[in-house]
Amino acid sequence: MMDAPLLPLFILLTSLLAAPVLFSLPERAARLRTGINLGMAGLKVALVAWLSLKVSQGVIYDLRFELLPGLEFKLQADPLAILFIALSAVLWLITTIYSVGYLEHGPHRARFFGFFSLCVAATVGIALSGNLFTFLLFYELLTLATYPLVIHRGTAEALRAGRIYLIYTLAGGLVLLLGTLGLWVLAGTTDFVPGGVLAYVVAVNPLAAQLLFVVLIGALGVKAALFPFHVWLPIAMVAPAPVSALLHAVAVVKAGAFGIMRVVYEVFGIETAQALGVTAPLAVLAGVTIIYGSLKAITQDDIKKRLAYSTVSQVSYITLGVALASPLAAVGALAHLIHQGLMKITMFMVAGNLAEGLGVKRVSQMDGVGRAMPGSMLAFTLAALGMIGLPPLAGFVSKWYLAQGGLEAGQAWVIELLLGSSLLNAIYFMPMLHRAWFRDAAPETTGAPGRPRIGWMLAVPPAATAALVLIAGGFANAPFSPLEWTRFIVAIEYQE
Amino acid sequence: MTPDLIYGLTGIAVFGIGLVGALCALDRLRRVLALKLCSVGAGFLLVVGAWRAPPGVPDPVPHALVITGIVVMVSATAVALALIRRLQTLEAEDER
Amino acid sequence: MSVDLSPITLAIFVPLFGAIMAFLLPRAASVIGLATLALTTGAVIWLARAVLTGGAVVLPLGGWGAPLGIDLRADGLSVAMLGLTCAVGFLVSVAALDSLKGAQQARQRQYFWPLWLLLLTGMNGVYLGTDIFNLYVMIEVIALAAVGLTVLSGSRAAVQAGLEYMYASILGALLFLMGVGFIYLQLGRLDFAGLTGAEPTGALIAALALMFVGLALKTALFPLHFWLPAAHANATAPASALLSGLVVKAALYIVLRLAQYMPFPSETLLTLVGLMGAGAVIWGGIQALRAERLKLLVAWSTVAQIGLIFVAFARAGEVGLPESWKAAALLILAHGIAKAAMFLAAGRIKDEIGHDVIRDLDRSPIRPTLAQFTFALAAISLIGLPPSLGFIGKWSLMEGAMAAGYWHWVAVTMAGTLMSVAYFSRVFAGFLRFDRVRAPVGEHQGWALADAAPLTLALAAIGLGLLAAPILGFIEIGYPFGVAP
Repeated sequence: MMDAPLLPLFILLTSLLAAPVLFSLPERAARLRTGINLGMAGLKVALVAWLSLKVSQGVIYDLRFELLPGLEFKLQADPLAILFIALSAVLWLITTIYSVGYLEHGPHRARFFGFFSLCVAATVGIALSGNLFTFLLFYELLTLATYPLVIHRGTAEALRAGRIYLIYTLAGGLVLLLGTLGLWVLAGTTDFVPGGVLAYVVAVNPLAAQLLFVVLIGALGVKAALFPFHVWLPIAMVAPAPVSALLHAVAVVKAGAFGIMRVVYEVFGIETAQALGVTAPLAVLAGVTIIYGSLKAITQDDIKKRLAYSTVSQVSYITLGVALASPLAAVGALAHLIHQGLMKITMFMVAGNLAEGLGVKRVSQMDGVGRAMPGSMLAFTLAALGMIGLPPLAGFVSKWYLAQGGLEAGQAWVIELLLGSSLLNAIYFMPMLHRAWFRDAAPETTGAPGRPRIGWMLAVPPAATAALVLIAGGFANAPFSPLEWTRFIVAIEYQE
Repeated sequence: MTPDLIYGLTGIAVFGIGLVGALCALDRLRRVLALKLCSVGAGFLLVVGAWRAPPGVPDPVPHALVITGIVVMVSATAVALALIRRLQTLEAEDER
Repeated sequence: MSVDLSPITLAIFVPLFGAIMAFLLPRAASVIGLATLALTTGAVIWLARAVLTGGAVVLPLGGWGAPLGIDLRADGLSVAMLGLTCAVGFLVSVAALDSLKGAQQARQRQYFWPLWLLLLTGMNGVYLGTDIFNLYVMIEVIALAAVGLTVLSGSRAAVQAGLEYMYASILGALLFLMGVGFIYLQLGRLDFAGLTGAEPTGALIAALALMFVGLALKTALFPLHFWLPAAHANATAPASALLSGLVVKAALYIVLRLAQYMPFPSETLLTLVGLMGAGAVIWGGIQALRAERLKLLVAWSTVAQIGLIFVAFARAGEVGLPESWKAAALLILAHGIAKAAMFLAAGRIKDEIGHDVIRDLDRSPIRPTLAQFTFALAAISLIGLPPSLGFIGKWSLMEGAMAAGYWHWVAVTMAGTLMSVAYFSRVFAGFLRFDRVRAPVGEHQGWALADAAPLTLALAAIGLGLLAAPILGFIEIGYPFGVAP
């Protein structure tokens, strides 16, 4: 098979180069725009599949470009990168289809899809970053590219939300810059290396290392919506549905969680971090966020806000799994990176469909929507049950491993935390399902039966992701399933 | 007190007076004149630097510098005056 | 006296000759102007090659040689500054062709070219000069030409601002001259080499202080920045781009050179310089946040950025100076390119939509898309987001400060970055139209060839970040900081 050392770069360029083209297309060239969008997204999925195959065969990709003496722009494709990049490539394709349908007659589509592409390029860059410096570069790009998407509607509320989003994420980015500089000054490198680069610093100057940990995790915690930096996430819900879907499932929140993984595993190294005594507080913080997010979700009536607080809670599962410092918990965390993405994107797309098709935006309006839009609501139900952790859905798999990891690490409270959280998940999701399926519809949401309320471009994507939720859970042990790939990564990070 | 010290201090004093004027005067013309004073003070200082006790011959370099400085200052003054006139015309037009 | 054809003499005398020709032949002024720029750029490239292969080039003017005669000297830093001036100048000239083409701008067109070429002469003279009296003459030349450019539009606000600028500029030059006098009294020499290794006596420190204050006035370092916002905001776009991107850099460059050749008197003074810079960063940021007009905002951002360059200079104290100047130089280059692009883009936006009130930017039925894009790109470099040249500059600033344990400079830089994000995002929000105006909108109105020059500059500001390593290597050629050449 042909060998292409520049493959990671090509994957990055598929969306990076698409952006200027999309920006310059005239608004009315809708077909051409859709063609470019889908073509690039499809190409990316194909390239990522190729890359995954090569990486699983042990090929190493490592691209470097020196910016300042010793300071490199570095792309690398390791199994952890593949995990994230595969998620983003697949979900980009699906979300692109959904966005084309969702914004069919909306204004400013050229701008929207241009920034959408940039946003995905940034996510891919984050996944492929070979050092913290490169990570920072794409992390900032992600902030800049998502801001116009968040304020896309241009209402006063959207502008306010955008401002808050920008303040939080840019402040986070700036602190990350500080942390990167600190790492550079302390360790003389910012490379991601399994086992970490700070063992010496930790031995010599543990206080500085602890401070660095706090700075880096704090910076990444803003995007990962770790309590108390989560404030922007529910507010940013004013964005159009596909943007929310992408933000929650792939781009921003996941970039933060992914960064936390890189920092704990490959900047500090899990053993060093444990020896430094910083993982336990992080685990507790993640636990607090899990419970807090769930409690807040219960009180929200706005569907998207409820989902947003649910994200706050669910993403912290990932952080928790990382912080528990046990291989099994790590498997759970990594699997949840994928599983949560699949489930949450489904729910956001369905929320968008409810608003588009029926004008339903609040939980209290959801009576009988299951009969009006059975397909969408079936997808929603699958995802919600998965979130709660019902076997054999995807969410169950990750929770199972997290719990096992908790036991392995000797932290029995994790079991109680997970049970409590699942209970809370049920408390805020079950009423939605109950209303949708078992209540009689309100007059304004019952239309002529049998006529589809939404086009296929809106109906198919959530169905596809819901199917993936089923597959990822039910066939968790198949080769190339997220879970199997996750075990491969954990073996590397724990250097077994 | 040697003569060169007296001259030098005078130069600094003249420069100082000019500086105060340039910063504090309100009238446009006065500020130009104050700046001129500054330049005279600086020129003084350079000329003093050229002076040598009688058997010695004065150093020609500072003289050349002062002449250059005067030329520069003349053109600067001309530009400033031209601007002031222009501004007065514009103000008069606006008032009408 | 033989006329020796050296790229150094060409870099000064070609623009001077061009200025005279452009003044005498106003009809052909723009052709002469562009040709002069091209020739000067050629000379600079020639010079750059010479420096690259053989290290610093010294030319004793008229064969006299220092200390009596005048030496011209080109090393990595001076060629980098010459390159910045010529490249930015050339692109601004191209942009000026378009923005001055109107019938009512005949008068502006007539004077723009001679003034700008005279300015170029002065700046090239500064970057090649090695004699502080020579530098005085050159900064006066720059001042006269720059004031001329400021008042080019002839509006009352511009003339008023130009007059204020004139006062500040002459005063700054005279303070510098006074310092020159002190130095001559003390050392009897005025060339850089003669300053090296001099004992820091009281008179020398006073001279240094006078010269520093004079230069701070010219480069608009807080709190001596009062003249800048009005002058830069009221000039026509190409003039603003030249003033903000290039002119203030000349005085900054002299500060760097003085610090190279004269021992910096004490740590406290250096801290004071840094504090003035910090004040500029904060005050410039606050004023930019409050500015109502786009060009005024950009002008205040210049005040803040100049401050940041001084912070970079002071970032690691006296011991750090041999490294700190590089961070400052990188920021100078980054700001020169990005700010020129931004002023040109702001001018284009103003031309297209007819005003530059920030609050109403999104109410216009016309979208100068490309100019807005250019503005955003320039802002990325000015904010210091990767991978722009501004980012690299900021990175080296913070890295040095952190390594030296000067956390307060890191804090200032971060505060400045946040503020620049805040004030530029005011503009960005105005760029994204939200259909508050229900007018029929031609989708991509406002594309013009005139956008090419600013866009090139903005792309360069971002792209040169990738070439930071070779740039750093180049400016170090023939520049042993603190060691006699």
